[in-house]
Amino acid sequence: MSIMKNVTLGQYFPGSSPVHRLDPRTKLLMAFSYIIVLFLLHSGAAYLVLAVASLAMITVSRIPLKLVLRGLRPIMIILSLTLILHIFTTHEGELLVQFWILRIYSGGVRQGLLLAFRLVLLVLATSLLTLTTSPIALTDGIELLLKPFRKLGLPAHELAMMMTIALRFIPTLIEEAEKIMKAQLARGADFESGGLVKRAKSLLPLLIPLFISAFRRADDLAMAMEARCYRGGDSRTKFKVLKLTVLDAYAWFVFLVVSGVAFWVGRVL
Amino acid sequence: MPIRLNNVSFTYSQGTPFERHALRNVDLSIADGEFVGIIGQTGSGKSTLVQMFNGLIKPTSGSVIVNDILTTAKGVKLKPLREQVGLVFQFAEYQLFAETVAADIAFGPQNQGLSPEEVCRRVDQALVTVGLPVEIKDRSPFELSGGQMRRVAVAGVLAMNPKVFILDEPTAGLDPQGRDDILSQIAKLHKERGITVILVSHSMEDVARLVDRVIVIHEGELKYDGRPADVFRHGAELKSMGLGVPQATEVLQQLRSRGWNVPEVALTVEEAKTAILLALRDRGYKG
Repeated sequence: MSIMKNVTLGQYFPGSSPVHRLDPRTKLLMAFSYIIVLFLLHSGAAYLVLAVASLAMITVSRIPLKLVLRGLRPIMIILSLTLILHIFTTHEGELLVQFWILRIYSGGVRQGLLLAFRLVLLVLATSLLTLTTSPIALTDGIELLLKPFRKLGLPAHELAMMMTIALRFIPTLIEEAEKIMKAQLARGADFESGGLVKRAKSLLPLLIPLFISAFRRADDLAMAMEARCYRGGDSRTKFKVLKLTVLDAYAWFVFLVVSGVAFWVGRVL
Repeated sequence: MPIRLNNVSFTYSQGTPFERHALRNVDLSIADGEFVGIIGQTGSGKSTLVQMFNGLIKPTSGSVIVNDILTTAKGVKLKPLREQVGLVFQFAEYQLFAETVAADIAFGPQNQGLSPEEVCRRVDQALVTVGLPVEIKDRSPFELSGGQMRRVAVAGVLAMNPKVFILDEPTAGLDPQGRDDILSQIAKLHKERGITVILVSHSMEDVARLVDRVIVIHEGELKYDGRPADVFRHGAELKSMGLGVPQATEVLQQLRSRGWNVPEVALTVEEAKTAILLALRDRGYKG
């Protein structure tokens, strides 16, 4: 049960900070640009600049740091794997340690640390995006951003709707999974002991009811949407119309300055 | 399997902004063979409370002792405890998973490590107890009606032969017939096997009719604990908690406020009828 509590993805943390009030389009594009910047850069010092900027953003958003950091827990395995693989496979720079067939070079350590740092920054920024933007605002933003591609046959509205629904049901499914898990525990189920096969098998009493209820929910939702005459994106108006404000201009200004500084630092140091 | 709660509190998501107090300083003990009803509004903490009884939820502070086992003790094995304290969750039919009814009911007894013959015997016995025909055994649980599925789920817990049987809102979402069936089977079970039965409900009628003892939970606190006749005397207070009293009691309390000489509490319509007839005779009516 403890694994499930750690998933912050798609868990909106309500607030009224400037970060919350930004237009979702701004936040989405910014997160996207941030990822590009992150991949163009390849220097620890530049990452440090971005880390400071991210921390500043988290402070401004008034979201407890603990909550943002919790989003890192699920990627711990990928993180350590990246680190270890790079340390042992990159053969550049000076030889630091030699041990049996394993050789650790300074280049490998540097490379591993850099990539791990990059992953952390990536997850921090995307967590911040989902923590400060309600799923509805998020998909509204996505829909508007994808609208120009509609002419190319991209079903922007349908994609956005699918995402809204998926995001909306993550917490519901987690809650449901916990409930079913408890019910089976009460019947003497054991999810923790035994070998891999036995453990996988022991998950069936959890997974089958979970799938059944997910399908039932999907059916119910489809019915409820039809009952309210839902029929896709054409000529649908919005209750909340997105508007860009001065705040968004400020945000872009800050973003460009931070990226500029990061590039400069990366070049110079 | 006596259950004892000492000063138990429980907080969900402690230390986060989502912190919520589900239980506050609850003291409670339940002896063997009691038939207890726990009532409270949705979100009052009653479901949290019953999950304390088999160690699914451990108190944030205070202690829960079931059959001399402290559930918060280090390295305590809760599985044996859960076999003895059977808990049927709300909307229990959503936990069904197996291909056949028999396989689903057998899940609990199999986890107890019983022999196949014994498991088979338990399955048949549980089906009979919940009033389902034994022929249903080989059908898929997902083909059954809602009420039947609920009963299969109840049978799944019963088949473990628990000494304490807890049902969390067993009648929620059932039609009146299904509700009456399940409740009368629970009552019969209590009478015949003498096990402790704990019934969580927000229906005053169900509780009043069946149980020997009522526990009222409001906003995580234990408000009343006593015989139904004593607890339902507090009609006004119960109403302020968003609960109420059984309709039979309600009628008598209304009559009393109009100066009739009737008792304060009646648990069934029959009782109320007798009381009203007596009062009518007092007032000189004939009939």
